[in-house]
Amino acid sequence: MSSDDSEIAEIQTLPLDSWHRAKGGKMVPFAGYEMPIQYAKESGGGIVAEHDWTRSSASLFDVSHMGQLLVTGENAAEALEALVPGAITSLKPGRVRYTLLLNDDGGVLDDLMITNVTEWIEPEEDDDGNVVAEGHWGEPTYYLVVNGATKWDDIAHLREHLPDEVTLTHMDDQALIALQGPNAATALNRVMRGIPENLTFMQSMEHEFGEWKLRITRAGYTGEDGFEISVPAEHAEPLANRLCAEIEVRPAGLGARDSLRLEAGLPLYGHDLNDETDPVSAGLQFALSKKRRETGGYMGHQACAVKLKDGCASTRVGLVLEGRLPAREGALIYDGDTEVGRVTSGGFSPTLAHPVAMAYVGADYSGDGTKLQIEVRGKRLDATVAPMPFVPHRYHRGD
Amino acid sequence: MARYFTEEHEWIDVEGDSATVGITDYAQEQLGDIVFVELPDIGAQVAKGKDAAVVESVKAASDVYSPITGEVTEANDALEDDPELVNSSPEEDGWFFKLTIADKSELEGLMDEAAYKSFCDSL
Repeated sequence: MSSDDSEIAEIQTLPLDSWHRAKGGKMVPFAGYEMPIQYAKESGGGIVAEHDWTRSSASLFDVSHMGQLLVTGENAAEALEALVPGAITSLKPGRVRYTLLLNDDGGVLDDLMITNVTEWIEPEEDDDGNVVAEGHWGEPTYYLVVNGATKWDDIAHLREHLPDEVTLTHMDDQALIALQGPNAATALNRVMRGIPENLTFMQSMEHEFGEWKLRITRAGYTGEDGFEISVPAEHAEPLANRLCAEIEVRPAGLGARDSLRLEAGLPLYGHDLNDETDPVSAGLQFALSKKRRETGGYMGHQACAVKLKDGCASTRVGLVLEGRLPAREGALIYDGDTEVGRVTSGGFSPTLAHPVAMAYVGADYSGDGTKLQIEVRGKRLDATVAPMPFVPHRYHRGD
Repeated sequence: MARYFTEEHEWIDVEGDSATVGITDYAQEQLGDIVFVELPDIGAQVAKGKDAAVVESVKAASDVYSPITGEVTEANDALEDDPELVNSSPEEDGWFFKLTIADKSELEGLMDEAAYKSFCDSL
């Protein structure tokens, strides 16, 4: 038996490092950090058990490796719009948008979440109750969550292209905890009463939990309802303990996070997206705001406009495989003797009990129901192009 | 019957000129949930230290090496429908394949149970 877990030099530890180890977390290097791939079997861990628990109850994921950034300044929204295809100037305070950092050729440098966290400044009154200063919005401020493996490149890219009057702050003293699953709201509501009902999917708020200043966002990377909580690093451990004290909540690692996001059809940067894939080929048209498709004004717009008009040579699709043998990243895809594409991520779906994959295939082969074959160790596996998500999303979008 | 172990975490039960091969409890624990096992064909020639089978866990594919050289006489069909047997019973019901031993001297240098246990403890 062998496996090629390669080690990277200068691996850093996360604020919750000892917490993970105490829970039997099996630590592996990922994005420059020691991270738990799964927890001990004895305490209900294991990738499939953690995956199933997330789908049926709620799991706590440490995602503190991700980059948390603040972009601040009078023209912060306009400055961000020069770098991303999403509409940021029209993003209301407390709202979250999924968008992309693109290069000039339309290649994806990263995918990210941008939240308008601009503060409301309450009106000021004098001792007699006369308003001396009207309530107003404070300095425009945007909170960005970017991928861990790309955060240093993202910071360099932002520093290079944001104008001087816009300030970029790397919140490297913040941890990020994701609480995901159908029971996430129930559990969070018991710890922080009344908070979940204030938020629907892709909304965000600041919350003072005792003396801790938290940012709570209803979003995630599992396809389930859930929250991402940004917390000062020194309070990450007591917060994780408070959440895991709830009967619904167990810790889950990177392994389950990957199989959950694959079932949810969510691309993983560095695998399903990279600087040579464009948003149109990647099937992320929804991230190209309608209005901005015409008006443009962002890096990579020209390239995206051409792809939107002329179509793409290849496109990201979902594949459902026959049998039980998974096809992994890099496996080639055939239609008979013709090579038509390549798997970018794949694995066994615990929820569906068969293998699924994401792949880029030629446009002619991308229609739902198209029968293709994937080569794995000299064998041809039958696969069918299928719509994503493979497992339906269950976001809380409100009534 | 004698059981030997390799540093790659395979076990081999030797009975006369034939042997049964599987992966150890330590190996299945490291691999995690196993979803598929690819076994050698009957009649296939396997060589000591070379690929003989593949286990697919949820997270990755890993090669299984043959502890000795020989010809495969039987593969464990039960793993086709129930690959979890490798997790639940790695050193009994979750065996991989049987083979005829080409050269018994290849068994020298493999570990016995006590040596393998201290090898795992050192990892």
